[in-house]
Amino acid sequence: MNTKIWNRANALAAVAFAACSLISAGAIAQTVKLGVVLPYTGVGAEFGQQVDRGMQMFMKLNPAAFGPYKIEIIKRDSKNPSGAEAKVAVQELVAQEKVDLLTGFIYSPDAIASASLATEAKRPMVIMNAGTAWITTLSPMISRVSFSMWHAGHAMGEAAVKIVKAKTAVVGYTDFPPGKDSLDAFKRGFEANGGKVIDEIPMGGPGQVPDFTPFFQRAKDKKPDVFFVFVPAGDHAIGVMKTYGALGMRAAGIKLIGPGDITQDIKLQAMGDNAVGLITMHHYNADLANPVNKRLVEAWKKEYGPASTPDFMGVQGYDGMAAIAHVVTTLKGKIDPDAAINALRGWKYDSPRGPISIDPRTRDIVMNEYLSEIVKKDGRLYQKNIGVITAVKDMCKELGEGRCKQ
Amino acid sequence: MIAATELARRHRLRWWEALPWIASLACFFAFPNYLAFGTQVLITILFALSLDLVLGYAGIVTLGHAAFFGAGAYTVGMMAMHWGWNEPISGLIAAALVAGAIGLASGLVLLRTHGLALLMLTLCTMALLEQAANMGAAWTGGFDGMPGLSFSKILGLFGFDVLYYRSQYLYALAVLFACFAIVRTLVYSSFGQSLTGIRENLLRMHAVGAPVRVRQVLAYTVSAALAGVAGALFTQANGYVNLAVLSLERSAGVMIVLILGGYGRLYGAFVGAIAYMLLEHVLAKAYPTAWQLGLGITLIVVALFARNGVIGIFDSLRRRIERSAR
Repeated sequence: MNTKIWNRANALAAVAFAACSLISAGAIAQTVKLGVVLPYTGVGAEFGQQVDRGMQMFMKLNPAAFGPYKIEIIKRDSKNPSGAEAKVAVQELVAQEKVDLLTGFIYSPDAIASASLATEAKRPMVIMNAGTAWITTLSPMISRVSFSMWHAGHAMGEAAVKIVKAKTAVVGYTDFPPGKDSLDAFKRGFEANGGKVIDEIPMGGPGQVPDFTPFFQRAKDKKPDVFFVFVPAGDHAIGVMKTYGALGMRAAGIKLIGPGDITQDIKLQAMGDNAVGLITMHHYNADLANPVNKRLVEAWKKEYGPASTPDFMGVQGYDGMAAIAHVVTTLKGKIDPDAAINALRGWKYDSPRGPISIDPRTRDIVMNEYLSEIVKKDGRLYQKNIGVITAVKDMCKELGEGRCKQ
Repeated sequence: MIAATELARRHRLRWWEALPWIASLACFFAFPNYLAFGTQVLITILFALSLDLVLGYAGIVTLGHAAFFGAGAYTVGMMAMHWGWNEPISGLIAAALVAGAIGLASGLVLLRTHGLALLMLTLCTMALLEQAANMGAAWTGGFDGMPGLSFSKILGLFGFDVLYYRSQYLYALAVLFACFAIVRTLVYSSFGQSLTGIRENLLRMHAVGAPVRVRQVLAYTVSAALAGVAGALFTQANGYVNLAVLSLERSAGVMIVLILGGYGRLYGAFVGAIAYMLLEHVLAKAYPTAWQLGLGITLIVVALFARNGVIGIFDSLRRRIERSAR
């Protein structure tokens, strides 16, 4: 047998293992090291890029935000949302690169798996997306500048009664955690304000786009005032719009509503004219009229091309950097983990999504939720603001639902 | 005559077989900050080794091997989560039993087919388990997984190290060593020889009266149990498990690892896992957005010019040297 030779291969590999691991960064005084864990490749690459660009836009538009302190950004790819890849990335950022702060985290499993490391290593972790409500309860080192599915879902339930004037609703959702959270949140908000959910329809998984016709026909037969839909942005949302149009549900008097995930700005124009009239609730859309947002959108288009746009993930990256800048300047460049988390508690900021703050108790975000309707203007789809609910907290933790109980 | 002595000699231990293990131990001391990654490599080696037993030795082509990895991973996770059973080694045994049972049950049915039908059915088995884990979210945690699993000390002595993965690394290494010893004994036994026979010439093995299907099912079951152990290690080392353990990506990934290293060779899993994961890790660190390009090009080059994997390159080099020496 030729085993002799491949053993040599083994030894070589071991040597390579050694050589390649010797890339290390020496510590420089008064520099704050920030470890960024995002999916830069694979299915989530588009989202990772949004957050990354949002972070860069913050640095560009606010060059003085970090004061005299230098910030060193070390990026790691979290690859697939298995949790394990992100955890290895975080482990090395902490053990080898000696980062002071951790940020990023698009997928909830990545944040959930890394939470124990943040606690053990005492590294503050600023979550820029991961939306499973109970993540912030996993570690005292976690603070979130993004959202939970309950923010938009619960606010939509309230607005569906108060602004859209609906009495009955059917809920259709993609059968995975954000979908189920969205269903629970909407139902709580809707029924607390006097509405009634008359049917709940799971509509397949997030992997493939199903044929929505049977689900939508079932919803249509129930004759609700509104049909609340949660699906992942992109192809799912486009399929929803097509089916809604094809079944003539608008003519039947059923309004289509949902959380703003389904009208993510980067996917909006691809949804076509069927999307006109869709009502969504979210903490951000690129058409918000406040001056901070106008400045961001203008700079973004200049930097990344006229067809590009920030969306809610981009703004979360922007706000995450703002939060980190606040921590760094407050602590004068010396990051003490407990002091950093305390600096984040109650932090207020004028974001492109309007006024935001961090709830001192839960370390989760408090922000406005905007109700918007899609209209067609100048040949493009546009999100027209038709209502706002201010200072919305994560209702899952406020109500102590399921795992959010603490 | 020469062939016969070669056959008799091959199960004997050779001096260099100690080297991979010494190197692994050396890595423990040389790279204390990279042991989380090292642990993942060891787990992947074990998983690839289990696949090698069916794919490389028995010639059973499967795309659903993550089914057993996932079964083991969830067994340990669910025992810890719902029954508070945190003892790691008994967890490994339970995972091996559960994954082996699933391997036996599915093997009895699936191994009646071969070729593309078998490939599809193994894939379906995995997809069914994945969907079951998704639907039983109250038990499995679904897509979000089971957070914050903790395990008691290994042998009551070594606690799991959340930050530096020291004990996880040594633990995974010890388990890998034990499993490797089993696989090595197996493939050099008459049972292993008959597996190779089945792979090389199915009709002939039938003709000599070998119990072909029994041996295939047995190999499949043992392989499933080993994959289950790898999955259990994965959950224990990370303290976390979610649906990704049952994904096609994991099945296909381990197959790439094995083919890259060289299948049907005891050390193919080692070379493949180390080469693939190290390349991926280093490239992803240097170019977080573009590393897949480098990995892809490498894989294409290996597939085009080294049909027998990395080990095959060394084989042909050795043959060339021997020929020129003659």
